[in-house]
Amino acid sequence: MIRQDYNRIDPKRRSAIDYKKKQFAVPTYKQQDYPHRLSLYETPPTAEITLEQFEQWAIDRLRVLAEIEACSFRNKTPAETAAHVTPLLQKWLPLHSNTSSSVGSQDENLKLERQKDHYSHFILRLAFSSTEDLRRRFARIESALFKLRFQNDDAKERQTFVESLQFDWEVVSEEEKRALGADLLNATPGMKRQDAEEAGWFKVDFEMVAELVEGRRVFLKAGKAYVPVREQMSMVLAGFNARLDKGLELAARALPRLDEDDRLTPILVHLSKNFATPDSTLSDSDSALPGAPINPSSIDPLSQHFPLCMRNLQMTLRKNSHLKHFGRLQYTLFLKGIGLTLEDCLIFWRQAFKLITDDTFNKEYRYNIRHAYGDVGGDAIRRGRGYSPFSCQKILTEHPPGSGESHGCPYRHFSVDNLTTLLQTTGVSDRDVLRGVKEDVEKKRFHIACNRVFEWAHKGDIKRVKEDDSWGAAELDTIVHPNTYFKRSYLLKTGGAAAVKGDEMEI
Amino acid sequence: MPHSTAPGPMRPEEVDEDDILPDAPQQVSDHTKEEGKTDMTDSASQSEDSTSEAPRIDVKVEDLFDDADDDEEDEFSGSRVLNPGNESSPPEAPLPCAQSAKYTDPEVMLAFYQRLFPFRYLYQWLNHSMKPSNDFGHREFAFTLQNDAYLRYQSFPTGDLLRREILRLNPSRFEIGPVYTANPRDRKTLRKSTAFRPMAKELVFDIDLTDYDEIRTCCNKANICHKCWSFVTMAIKVVDAALREDFGFQHIMWVYSGRRGAHAWISDKRARNMDDQKRKALAGYLEVIKGGAQSGKKVNVKRPLHPHLARSLDILREHFQRDILEDQDPWAEPEKAERLLRLLPDKVLNDSLRKKWDAAPGRSSVSKWADIDALAKTGASKTLDGRALLEAKQDIVLEYTYPRLDVEVSKKKIHLLKSPFVIHPGTGRVCVPIDTKRLAKFDPLGVPTVTELLGEIDAFDGQTTEESDVKKTQDYEKTGLRPYVEYFRTYVAGLLREEKGVKRERETGNAMEF
Ligand SMILES: [Zn+2]
Repeated sequence: MIRQDYNRIDPKRRSAIDYKKKQFAVPTYKQQDYPHRLSLYETPPTAEITLEQFEQWAIDRLRVLAEIEACSFRNKTPAETAAHVTPLLQKWLPLHSNTSSSVGSQDENLKLERQKDHYSHFILRLAFSSTEDLRRRFARIESALFKLRFQNDDAKERQTFVESLQFDWEVVSEEEKRALGADLLNATPGMKRQDAEEAGWFKVDFEMVAELVEGRRVFLKAGKAYVPVREQMSMVLAGFNARLDKGLELAARALPRLDEDDRLTPILVHLSKNFATPDSTLSDSDSALPGAPINPSSIDPLSQHFPLCMRNLQMTLRKNSHLKHFGRLQYTLFLKGIGLTLEDCLIFWRQAFKLITDDTFNKEYRYNIRHAYGDVGGDAIRRGRGYSPFSCQKILTEHPPGSGESHGCPYRHFSVDNLTTLLQTTGVSDRDVLRGVKEDVEKKRFHIACNRVFEWAHKGDIKRVKEDDSWGAAELDTIVHPNTYFKRSYLLKTGGAAAVKGDEMEI
Repeated sequence: MPHSTAPGPMRPEEVDEDDILPDAPQQVSDHTKEEGKTDMTDSASQSEDSTSEAPRIDVKVEDLFDDADDDEEDEFSGSRVLNPGNESSPPEAPLPCAQSAKYTDPEVMLAFYQRLFPFRYLYQWLNHSMKPSNDFGHREFAFTLQNDAYLRYQSFPTGDLLRREILRLNPSRFEIGPVYTANPRDRKTLRKSTAFRPMAKELVFDIDLTDYDEIRTCCNKANICHKCWSFVTMAIKVVDAALREDFGFQHIMWVYSGRRGAHAWISDKRARNMDDQKRKALAGYLEVIKGGAQSGKKVNVKRPLHPHLARSLDILREHFQRDILEDQDPWAEPEKAERLLRLLPDKVLNDSLRKKWDAAPGRSSVSKWADIDALAKTGASKTLDGRALLEAKQDIVLEYTYPRLDVEVSKKKIHLLKSPFVIHPGTGRVCVPIDTKRLAKFDPLGVPTVTELLGEIDAFDGQTTEESDVKKTQDYEKTGLRPYVEYFRTYVAGLLREEKGVKRERETGNAMEF
C-alpha cells in the first residue's frame, strides 16, 4: 500500500531547488482552457506553476490515489469505494461540473480545480513511470478514479465530453441490426428484446472494448464488437487506459532527460517512494515470533493458527504427501514468513513428501526451497531475502488454481459447499458464522469472510485484550496478509501481550 | 525525512551479474517440461546473458516450482549426452542417417536439422516477407541444448544464420519468443531497460490433454490414445471457429505438440500487435471451464447463451454423444455417476435416477444420460423445473467437451512456445502442423518420428539408381514429412501474400497524404 507519509520534501534539500521552475514540457506559455470537467489527459501542461504548487498538488492527488488503492485492496465494492472516496475527493481534489457555476467553464475556480487535476496527474505520471510495476499500479488506480468521476458526472455534460472525444465508432444500420437479430440480444446480458431493437448500437474494433470481450458481454463478428450505447463507459475507459499506458511509456523515456534537472528529480523521487510495493514490507522482524517453537514438528500443532488457505495446504499435504507447484510456492513462503529456517523447511518438506526418494527430493525440490529463501538463484536483485510471503491480494488475484491444485484462497476459489465443508473440518461450526461467510463470499468480500472467521475463533481473546487495553485498534485492524493472521492468532491464543508490529506494515 | 533515510534501490553495479547457478543444469529441464512452453514473465529485464561462453540459466522461482512429478518424467532425462558437435563447425557432407539410432542421439537430431527441418519456410513464416526484416531479426529464439542448458535471447538476421547456429549447437529443441523493440543480442548495451520490450508476437494457444485428466477415463498424464485425442479435435474446432468468425483472424496454424496436445499460432498482423491486456481479454472470452480441484461445478455460463457458446454447443453436441458418452463412458461406476447427479438441479429426480442405476449396475453412460430425460418426462419429480434441467444438461455437455485451454500461455506476449517441426524429446515425433480441413483424419500416433523419417531417406536413396534423381529430390520429399512441409509452405505463402497486400495498401495510403 501507499504509506501514509505525505510530508513535503526536506526543506534543506529544497534550498537546492529554484524557487520557480519551468514545466517539463516545451513551454508555450499558453494557458489551457478546460471546457470539460473530465479529461483523458492527452495534452501535457505547458503553463508555469510554482514549485510549491507542483509538489502540493501532487501530494494531494496521491492521498486520493492511496485511498482508492486501499479500497481495492480490501475488496470494497464500487459503491463502498465511491462512498469512501467521494468526501476525500471533495477535500483534496475537487472537480465541479460546469452547471455548478453561472458562467460555466469560464468560472475561475473551476479553471483552477481543473488545472490542479490536470497538472497533478501529469506530475505523478512522471513520478511513477520509472518501473513497470509502478506504471501498472498507477494506471490501475487512475483508471479507477476516472471511472468513479465519469459515473458521477452530470449526464448531459458527460455526453458532451464523450462526443468531444472523436473515437472511431461506427453506427450499426437498422438493416444490419435486423439481420443479426437474436445474436445481438443474446450476446448482451441485461438487454431486453425491445431495448435491443430500439437502442443505438456501435460497431468498434474488438480491441477497444477488451473488458466487454473478456466477460463475453458483447457480440463479436469478424473482428468488430457490437456495443450498445449504454456500454459507452467501457469504451471511454478503454480509450482512457490506452492513452495513459502510452503516456506512461513516453514519460519513462523522458525521465533520463529530467535527471539533469535537479530541481524536479528530488521531488519526483520523494513522491514515488511514498508508493512502496505492497509485498515488500513484510520483513523478518515483522513476522518472527521470538521464543515461539517453530520447527518441522511444530507445524502440525501450529497450523491451528493458520488462515484457511494455509490450513488447506497443510491438510492437503498430509493427505496426499504432496503439493503441486503453486501450492508449494505459496506454502514455503508462508512458512518462511512465520520464522521456519531454511534448514528446518527442507526437513519439513523432505518428511512431508513421504512417497519419494531422497534422491528425487534433492533433485527436484531442494533447490526450489532454497531458491524461495533466497539461498540460491539467478534473480540477483531479490537475492538476500528471497521472495516475500504472498499477501492476500496476491493470492486472490494471481494464478487461480487449476485442475488438481490446492493453492489460492478457499474463500474465493472453493465452491460454497466445499468451503463450508472445509470450515467445518477446521472446527468452524457456528451457523451464523457460516451463513455470514456465505454472504461475504457471494458479495466477493473474501477478506471479510476470512476476518469473520478469525474474529469468531478468537472472540474471547479479542475481548480480553480489548478490555485490558493491551492491544490497540491498529493491532486488530482487518487482516490482509496470511502471515499477519498467523502471528495475531498465535499471540492471542498464547496470551502474548506484545504489540503486533507486523500489522502496521502496509496500510 | 524518508527520502534520505530509506534504503535506496540497489544500484546496478551492486547486482551480481555473474550469478551462475552451480546446480542449475538439473533444474532447467523444468522450463520446458510441459510440452515446450515457458513462463518468461518479466524475466526480460532480469535475464542472464546467454550469449557468453558458458550457458547461463534464467531462473524464476515460479518456474523452479514447476511440477516435475506431475508430468511423467521425460524419457530423455536419464540419457543426457554432452553434444560432441557443440564446439565444432557444421559438418560439410550430409550425415548418414543412422537408421538404428535412437531419436535422442545427437547425430539423429543433427541429421534431422540438416536434411529435413524446413528452415526456409520457418523464416518466411516468422518474417512475413522474403526480405530480411526486424520481424525476424529482432525475434527471440531460445535453445535447449543436449546437456539441458537453456540459452535465451538468441537472434538471427536471416533464416540461414538461424540454421547455421542450430547445426552448430544441435539443440534438442528450441522455442520462439516475441519480436523485441531492439535486437535481443543488444539488450545489455541499451541505455534504458525500457528500450528493450516485447513488441509483437503471434497470438498462441495451448491445449494439453493433462488438463483433461479429471474427465478422461482412457488414459492419464502423458499417455494418449485415439479416444482422448478427440478432446483435442473438439478444442481445435471450437477455438478455430471463434478465432475466424468472431475475431476475424485468417492466418491460424495448428501444430501437434509432439505428444499430448496442440498449439495454435495466429499470425494476422492484428493478432501479433495485441498487447497483453487484449490477449487476456481474448483468452477470457474463450475460457469457460473454471476452477480448481475443489471448486465444484466448473461451467457457470449466463443465459441466454452467448452466440459463441451456442455455436460451440452445436459443434460439440455430436462429439458428446460419441466421444464422451460412448468412448469415455464417464459415469459407468456408481461413484462417478454421483458426479453427474451433483451437476443436476432436481433432488427428487436425482433420487429416482439413483434408485434406477443402483438396480442396474454397469449401466452405460449412454443409457444414464438418456434416463435423465426419460424419468423427467414420466413426472418422477413434481418440483422439476424443465428449463433448469435443460440448462444443467447444456452445462454438462460443455464441462465434458469444451476446450480446456492453458490460458496463461496466451495472455503474455513474452511467453516462448516450442517451434513447429522440432522433435518432441519424449516421443521422437515431429511437431507437425495439423490441417484443419482434414482435422478428423489427423492421427497423432501416426505422426512420423525422426528415426522413421531418416530411414525413409536412406530407403529412397538406396532404391533410386539414378544419381541425378537423388540429387533433384529434396530430402523431405522422400519421406512422410512431405505433406506437412507442403502444407506449411502453402500456409506461409498465403500469409506472405496478405502481408504484401497490407503493406502496399499502407504505402499507397501514405502517399496520398503528401
Ligand atoms: Zn486415451
